[in-house]
Amino acid sequence: MIRSATALAGILTLLATTAHAQAPSATPARAEVIHWWTSAGESASLKVFADAFTKAGGTWVDNAIAGGANARAAAINRTVGGDPPTAMQFNTGKQFDDLVENNLLANVDALAKAENWAAVMPPPILAAVTRDGHQYAVPVNIHGQNWFFFSNPALARAGATSPQNWTDLFTVLDKLKAAGITPLAFSGQKTWERGLFNTTLVGVGGADMFARFWGKRDVAMLKTAEFRKVIDTYRKLHAYVDAGSPGRNWNDATTLVIQGKAGMQVMGDWAKGEFTAAGQIAGKDYGCTVLSDSGTSYLMGGDVFAFPKPKNAEVARAQSIMEKAMTDPATQAAFSAKKGSIPARQDADVSGLDECARKAHGWLQDVKAQVPANELLSPPAVTGAIEDLVSQFWNDPSMTPEVLTAKIGAVFSQSF
Amino acid sequence: MVAAAKRLRIGSRLPAQIALAPALLIALVLYCGTTSWTVWISLTSSRMLPNSVFVGLRQYDVLANNDRWLASIANIATFGALFMTAALTIGFLLAAMIDQKVRAESLLRSVFLYPFSMSFIVTGLAWRWMLDPTLGFEKLLHDIGFADAHFDWIVRPDRVIYTLVIASVWHAAGLVMAIMLAGLRGVDREIWNAARVDGLPTWRIFVFIIIPMMRGSFATACVLLATSVVKLYDLSVAMTNGGPGIASEVPAKFVMDYLFERGNLALATAAATTMLITVVVVVAPWYHWQGRKARMAGIA
Repeated sequence: MIRSATALAGILTLLATTAHAQAPSATPARAEVIHWWTSAGESASLKVFADAFTKAGGTWVDNAIAGGANARAAAINRTVGGDPPTAMQFNTGKQFDDLVENNLLANVDALAKAENWAAVMPPPILAAVTRDGHQYAVPVNIHGQNWFFFSNPALARAGATSPQNWTDLFTVLDKLKAAGITPLAFSGQKTWERGLFNTTLVGVGGADMFARFWGKRDVAMLKTAEFRKVIDTYRKLHAYVDAGSPGRNWNDATTLVIQGKAGMQVMGDWAKGEFTAAGQIAGKDYGCTVLSDSGTSYLMGGDVFAFPKPKNAEVARAQSIMEKAMTDPATQAAFSAKKGSIPARQDADVSGLDECARKAHGWLQDVKAQVPANELLSPPAVTGAIEDLVSQFWNDPSMTPEVLTAKIGAVFSQSF
Repeated sequence: MVAAAKRLRIGSRLPAQIALAPALLIALVLYCGTTSWTVWISLTSSRMLPNSVFVGLRQYDVLANNDRWLASIANIATFGALFMTAALTIGFLLAAMIDQKVRAESLLRSVFLYPFSMSFIVTGLAWRWMLDPTLGFEKLLHDIGFADAHFDWIVRPDRVIYTLVIASVWHAAGLVMAIMLAGLRGVDREIWNAARVDGLPTWRIFVFIIIPMMRGSFATACVLLATSVVKLYDLSVAMTNGGPGIASEVPAKFVMDYLFERGNLALATAAATTMLITVVVVVAPWYHWQGRKARMAGIA
């Protein structure tokens, strides 16, 4: 008994000394960052931020967790549990609303004012990090979600050229089909079924309808002939995908375009990473465009970093160094060059980016082209409920447009 | 005298009870504590973070009108019935076959048990590739000349659930075989000899004598298979991701998706509570019956 008590005391002493040795005083501006950028291209782009932070006098402690939902769950659980990381990644949008409401995030107002974010960032991107007049996250990039990527050799074989509008699109799809090429490389998972629906919604219905759908959740709009046209177009696209599409991963669909086995893919600009990895060059081996029938509409999502309320001055110092490093226009441009996105700051130098990114940067100089994406307008619970319905409609030819509209209306009327 | 005996019994039990106390405490806190927390959250309006705004049974109402939840329930019922029947039948037949003193018995045993050593993620991915009409069996059949062959169940919403059954039977049959084989080996050889002397055909010996004697093995296999039905999640994620559409969604996946991706704690916990109640409703009568049987045996 006595011996075990001594052993216990020994263990306790050991624990105490270890805890003491780990006290933060030894390492200046140490910052633990939770994110989900684990693929080769993603981690290479994240390294740009890590290097900038290290150069500014910090020590970057990387905590990469595979899968966005997993990473966010881990970061949120730790923040709620009182052991927050120094910084955590979110997608631009409403993923951190609950953290703001529960007063768990530090604001970055001072930096936003000093760097004049209002002048250099597109208003929807700034609005997405602003709650009650305070900024709660640093936008680092903009991802376009409604891109069409074409295989130039496949188009040439089918005797077609890159389409300019949605009527053209179906002519091109028909030519590809006639040439025995899979017209549309599709990845039949719920997220991408929603992605294709969103591309159709903004392309055929227009930016205003997109905002009325995801933002206002306007039941009256669902009954218009214009919205019906969107649904019909979406269903029409189903005739151009191959039998193997259900369950396919998005990058496997991109591979089909890269190999010229399929004509085109509708995907976010992260797909460029796959083309680049295969040694293909935008404008030469593959084409990229955004199709909209009423003026260019660019669906803008992206990534932000949020900073939990610091527990001491040391953490606050690390956070302020990191915020500043991530806002720097040159760093943002270097990051986007690797990530396939464009910088959140429009005053960054984009000459080092690829052709598609430069095109997007050009479009965004017109505020009318800046359309906030789905995630910026609706909370995850609403997005998920609509996603299930759209996915059901896509996969079940017996589900009529009327049933879909009625079910969407029911979700819109629910309180979330 | 009686009192002394009682004291003695308590006295002899005390150390055991003290030793068990921490485990009991952990079980109480972990099981009962977290379960009641889950039930409580399902009665609130919690979103991404838990709150205490009581809304009564509203989440259950939302759940009852949620297409995806209803599809999940229907799927797990179909899956459970087919999977358990097929796994028990095939597992038993494999065991009976191996029990016939076949050559290379240990090799066959390992081969049949091998799938069970695979994780569901690996099983799901492998079967997904094999069943993919543009990569797997269907393409193989087309390539060797059967141009009209069709096996596209995995991309058909009305058939996809059967592909989950195929993959999980492949995964679990070996385990059932191992349990059944142990049961068969436990049957006294004298019983076989006696039945043979009576001139009974082999199949009748199995059906009327051996199988009833193997109740324990069947019960063990049933419990193991039933738990894997309730917790079916990773296979659906790896093989079909719930698709096409919502055609292969299952309850556990519903709970996980709503907990994390969709930031809807209240609805997720309402679904989890519904799963718990269903399991209790199914298990309680059986438990009661077992208890009564044990008591009767005690009296006899």
